[in-house]
Amino acid sequence: MTALIEIHNLSFSYTGAAPHDVFSQVSFSVAPGGVFCLLGPNGTGKSTLLKCVSNVLQGWHGAIRLDGRDISRMKPADVAMGIGYVPQNQNSAFPFLVRDIVVMGRAPHLAVFASPSTRDREIARAAMETVGILSLADRPCTTLSGGEWQLALIARALSQEPQVMILDEPTSHLDLGNQVRILRVVKSLAGTGMGIIMATHVPDHAFIVATEVAIMNRGGLSRKGAPETVITESNMRDAYGIDVKVLHVAGGVERKACFPSL
Amino acid sequence: MHAAGRSIGIGIAPGKLMVLLALLLGVIATVALMLGQLQIPPATVIEILASRVLPIERTWEPTLESVLFDVRLPRLLAGVLVGAGLSISGAAFQGLFRNPLVSPHILGVSAGAGLGAALAILFFSSILAIQAFSFIFGLAAVLMTCGLARVYRTTPVLMLVLSGIIVGALFSACTSLLKYIADPLNNMPSIVFWLLGSLNNASNKDMAVVGPVILTGIVILLLIRWRINLLAMGEEDARALGVDTRRLTAIIIVCATLISAASVSISGIIGWIGLVIPHIGRLLVGPDNKYLLPVVVLVGASYLVAVDTIARTAIESEIPIGILTAMVGAPIFAYLLKKSRPGW
Repeated sequence: MTALIEIHNLSFSYTGAAPHDVFSQVSFSVAPGGVFCLLGPNGTGKSTLLKCVSNVLQGWHGAIRLDGRDISRMKPADVAMGIGYVPQNQNSAFPFLVRDIVVMGRAPHLAVFASPSTRDREIARAAMETVGILSLADRPCTTLSGGEWQLALIARALSQEPQVMILDEPTSHLDLGNQVRILRVVKSLAGTGMGIIMATHVPDHAFIVATEVAIMNRGGLSRKGAPETVITESNMRDAYGIDVKVLHVAGGVERKACFPSL
Repeated sequence: MHAAGRSIGIGIAPGKLMVLLALLLGVIATVALMLGQLQIPPATVIEILASRVLPIERTWEPTLESVLFDVRLPRLLAGVLVGAGLSISGAAFQGLFRNPLVSPHILGVSAGAGLGAALAILFFSSILAIQAFSFIFGLAAVLMTCGLARVYRTTPVLMLVLSGIIVGALFSACTSLLKYIADPLNNMPSIVFWLLGSLNNASNKDMAVVGPVILTGIVILLLIRWRINLLAMGEEDARALGVDTRRLTAIIIVCATLISAASVSISGIIGWIGLVIPHIGRLLVGPDNKYLLPVVVLVGASYLVAVDTIARTAIESEIPIGILTAMVGAPIFAYLLKKSRPGW
């Protein structure tokens, strides 16, 4: 299958020049329906990588191709029609209503002087329905819980009608129920043919949703491949510096999971 | 509370609210034209205005006509444009800087204009010089702020605010120095009065120059108003949504700066309006800039015209409007805050 998004030899430093001290020579690709999970210790540049791929950060070197087109030659709005980005930060200085936030995802489709039409509001409504937050539509965002915020931001990215969605640790700070709810949404979006790139701190989540996993460490992707081949006891020790047992869980689960030991 | 429709604000549909606010502005404007040393009855006000376009027999004294067209109308127009302009600049800046405590003066425009006016009062003392100097110095201060923010290169929006504080402090200190060395009988009171603001000097000629500048800024901000929502969510979010954030930020700063520099040049420094009218607007329609900006234009215009009418009619001599905007506005704002619970 041809790749939806292709990242080739991507390097980045905040100074914009070599040495590329944040990460260098990162390559991977995601096919339609693929879920690419990025693991790795804190501070290894996972968020920075995701921001580069979403065109939030500029000044990277290498190539990012969306559907074969080089995104550095595309207008920001055209990139945003193809790539939706769900940030980790959830705050707003103003109590925007959830539906007003979700409809912001229509921005790349709108002319500079335009504001959302009835059709845009319908698309936003459908996005809220897809992620199951229609009941929150009229809530000010300042009253949302962490899980509700995350779902609202996913709905906003969905309103962009992108081919690829990028999520930066979408399950962090959420309770178990909300974590699973988010993973369910991720999986169902992939089921519609969307390509997903997400960072996570929970290897078990990669076992649940990922089609491919990479470990980001020491300025690059140190391991990359199918979840079973990447999330191994030795790779986990290497990445996180702790002892982890990776065991197959039977009894109706039939999936591998990580069990750290103290 | 969260029933159908817009559940924040006071619960009146934005379209209906704007019609009501426009009517309110019309009533306030008519009252402003009536009141003064010469009282003109409302019917006569409308007759005199209509006589310029309709064939109406002149039954009123000619002085009334000149009072209306040469004194009250330009002053009304100045009140409308300055009130609307400062309010919409404040609302746009609060969105841009993601901070509801920001006013249009945050980038140093009023501090710069103050110094320009003080210099002009000391060395030229003509009204034209004061207006030109305050406008140019206001723009210069904002340019310095933007230049300084570029030097630091990191998190641009925060650096803009900090640079604005630095530049503002520098210009204010220079103004204080000029006040200190100015002749305490003539020049110093002029500087102090100018800094307190007044629409007294607004003439038809001024409005012909300044009016289009303010109006253009207002129209452009209104055109891009929905996009200000995107910036208000944060620069990174806006960029992920395909917004050219640098260009949008530049457009907002240029518009707001031209509006406030032009306003300050004819009215002196009128504080409080640009900070508080946006809050009153949010209490009325919520934070969505699509509705907030037009509402703020109407409320700001009504408010400044009303306060200016009080300033020139309440007592024998004129009260500086900068004092009144806060004295009248603070209790209103306190009351509104208590009445409706904003979501922040």
